[in-house]
Amino acid sequence: MNQGVRRIFVVVLGLFAILIAATARWTVVEADDLNQNALNRRPQLETARVPRGTIRAADGTLLARSIKQDDGTYRRRYTEAAREASHFVGYSYTNAGQDGIEKTHQDDLVGKVSSAATLLSALRGNERGNDVVATLEPKVQRAALAGIGDRTGAAVAIDTRTGGILAMASTPNYDPNDFATDAGIKRSYSAAGKPMVNKATQGAFPPGSTMKVVTAAAALASGKYQPDTLIDGSSPLIVETVPLSNFGGEQYGKESLTYSLTHSINTAFARVAEDLGPDPIANAMKDFDFEEQLPIDFPKDHLLASGVRDSRTGKLIPVNADVDIARVAIGQERLLVTPLQMAFVAATIARGGDKPRLATVERVLDPDGRTVKRLGDGKSAGRAMSRRDAADLTGMMEKVVQEGTGTAANLTGLSVAGKTGSAETDQSRDLTDPWFIGFAPADNPRVAVAVVLKDIVGGQGGINAAPIAKAMMEAAL
Amino acid sequence: MILRRVRDLALLIPSALLVAVGFASVFANDTGDLSNVSLLYGAAFLGLVVVAHVITTVALPDGDPYLLPLVAVLACFGLVELYRIDESLARDQGTWFIVGLCAYAGTVFALRKDYRVLRDYRNVLALAGVLLLLAPRLPGISNPENGAYLSVVLGPIRFQPTELAKLCLVLYLASYLADNRQLLVQEAKGPFGVLPPLKYLLPLLAVWGATMLMLFVIQDVGSALMYFGVGLALLFIATGRLLYPVVGLTMFAFGARLLYETRPTIQDRVAAWQKPFDIAIYEKDPGGSYQLAQGLFAQSDGGMLGQGLGGSIVDYTAKTGGTYPLPAAKNDFIYALIVNEVGLIGAVGLLLIYLLIVWRGFKVAIVAHDSFSKLVAAGLATVFALQVFVIVGGVTKVIPLTGVTLPFVSSGGSSIVANFILLALLLLVSDRARRDAREDLDRAKGGAWR
Repeated sequence: MNQGVRRIFVVVLGLFAILIAATARWTVVEADDLNQNALNRRPQLETARVPRGTIRAADGTLLARSIKQDDGTYRRRYTEAAREASHFVGYSYTNAGQDGIEKTHQDDLVGKVSSAATLLSALRGNERGNDVVATLEPKVQRAALAGIGDRTGAAVAIDTRTGGILAMASTPNYDPNDFATDAGIKRSYSAAGKPMVNKATQGAFPPGSTMKVVTAAAALASGKYQPDTLIDGSSPLIVETVPLSNFGGEQYGKESLTYSLTHSINTAFARVAEDLGPDPIANAMKDFDFEEQLPIDFPKDHLLASGVRDSRTGKLIPVNADVDIARVAIGQERLLVTPLQMAFVAATIARGGDKPRLATVERVLDPDGRTVKRLGDGKSAGRAMSRRDAADLTGMMEKVVQEGTGTAANLTGLSVAGKTGSAETDQSRDLTDPWFIGFAPADNPRVAVAVVLKDIVGGQGGINAAPIAKAMMEAAL
Repeated sequence: MILRRVRDLALLIPSALLVAVGFASVFANDTGDLSNVSLLYGAAFLGLVVVAHVITTVALPDGDPYLLPLVAVLACFGLVELYRIDESLARDQGTWFIVGLCAYAGTVFALRKDYRVLRDYRNVLALAGVLLLLAPRLPGISNPENGAYLSVVLGPIRFQPTELAKLCLVLYLASYLADNRQLLVQEAKGPFGVLPPLKYLLPLLAVWGATMLMLFVIQDVGSALMYFGVGLALLFIATGRLLYPVVGLTMFAFGARLLYETRPTIQDRVAAWQKPFDIAIYEKDPGGSYQLAQGLFAQSDGGMLGQGLGGSIVDYTAKTGGTYPLPAAKNDFIYALIVNEVGLIGAVGLLLIYLLIVWRGFKVAIVAHDSFSKLVAAGLATVFALQVFVIVGGVTKVIPLTGVTLPFVSSGGSSIVANFILLALLLLVSDRARRDAREDLDRAKGGAWR
């Protein structure tokens, strides 16, 4: 009988070996798959249990913090300053998930620790995420919102030295606090004016004449054009059997490239584009990161690449293929850009042609206040144009503000470089999207901006957008 | 002798440490309120363990010295985990622990002279077993859950009779087989030439019948598997013939298949086991795989080292109107909770403690002199091991999930009481066997004191 007992024990040993193997399968072998399984809500629950770090603006204004609930979980509260920058800050709730920098800096805010440290941290007690200091400057954001008012529009301001986003306005805003409840989420998504679309980073606007800055960059880069090169500005110009005219049908003679930019002469830039051909224009656009995602720590689903888009499918079309290049050069055709893209163009010119690596967060602090990570150090994301061409273009853009279409952006005592735009969206109702892009001070730039408003009756960049840009630059300097 | 007592007491140190460190960790994680009153549970629990130890050393001086300390480690671990879920669960568990200890002491003192009297009461035991099994279907005290009839409700007490029935079954089989094993071993040819004569197949048929009764009447597959397994194991030990387990397993497979074909609830269980992450099966309620999937997520969250005691998310969103991240954490899924908190390393440690208990049990069977004692010890050890396999195997998706308790760890009164009686029986057999062995040795050495 003893042999039978021993054999049964061997069977039991086998059964326990199976149990250990099965446990190892779920805890080690397939753990990653399970942790990422769509049905697994543990990661979200984890975030509710650990208090997220606070988010503060660059000037120290509190934007978001976590408050302990009666049931022991933590819930996010957003301040007035965060509600003014809802698209930038985003939200974080168990049911809603995350958005904005709450999403891109999730790991910083929950203070991810390695698994070896969990036993210790469990004994140490109060776990807490890291604090984040955003690049946002509330006074610049407020200037943008005040300027846009109750109209639909967007504005972006970039610190040209650090690449930090000083303002990211998109109207209408939403209230991140609403995302605590399912009803609030639903309401936000169905609200008028599409508040859940971040018009600053994913709003597709025709750039109008602001695009002439890119065309001018292509012209300078070709070596065939200098700021004083003369171009025929007579109107209209027949392009692909359709006549192209100047704003208000105005007539110009032979004018310099600088003068053409200052007075935003459509026919002159269309002739430059026809002369250069599609490839140099396409290359200049690529150099400014058109047709791709901009280098920024922001949720990918809110970043739209700028470029010519098929009007039916919305897909990007290469600029040098079957596209009316003369109209692309003046910001018409099917070219659609985001305000972030145009602010990026302005910031790049301000940096002497060097593209900035954009940042939404400047520092991450541990719970004891020590800086554990520093971002927004103004690192280069590559070169878009030569230093000389950038200096020439800056000079041309200064003229726009001094004596051209952009005088409304003039700051007393400081030189501003800029470009206006007035993209016609509905001729029959006289609707345009007025633009202004620029930077200041022109001789030692610190801030670059882009402003656009949607569907303004009789709107002009120099009248409607330039004052907003001026207020933002003033607030930033 | 005194040295041995001291050593035995020292074996309780791991339990004491476990309670101290465990409670401290849970406190450290629960930053809310730290009350001295709740710490008393731990101290009182340890006191009970010491009482059990004293009873054992006085009444069964020759009993296996390792069994009680090993059980104490399990019980303390279970207490920490239950305390971690809810303070009141730990209090209830402590209360049941006292009842279990009374049952333990009662069993020890009643059978101290000679537990082998049980051998003469096998028909009473068999009857009691069947009645216990059928009790959950009796009107008035019936309490069906998820289509299975596992418990009875008597006033405020919820009781799982299958836990006690397993002891009746083991004792009955041990008694029957001890009396009839010679006949079963004989090379008698039966109706089909290969099988033994029909009347010798009766025990097998009886066990199979009881199992099928369980399957179809109370629909408890886990317990059925446990009972049938121990029946086959005892038949094999008693006769040494592999034919019994082989034929038995075939018959079980046939019965299980029949059940699967006729009972939709069983089909749901199997589907949930096969594809727990299939969205349609996951969301099916009742009968879906939600519990199993959550249990697996909890285990993967634990990983190699675990989230630390008190670090698991058990019922967080229950309070905020959401869903339970780990349903049935206090009983069926306590293993998933343990893996979540102490990881693979801790889970392997827990399984090794169970294995050590089973090993001590089989060792008692080998040392014991008479066949009844051998069969009782081996049967108890086997049914204990199978219970662990059925519930841990269910939670780790080795077999379809069925609700039996994790012995000494899960919350549940009947499980604690039944397993304490099981422990008492094992120690009774062990005390007898080791005393006989010692006296033989003493006689051989001319009465010298060891």
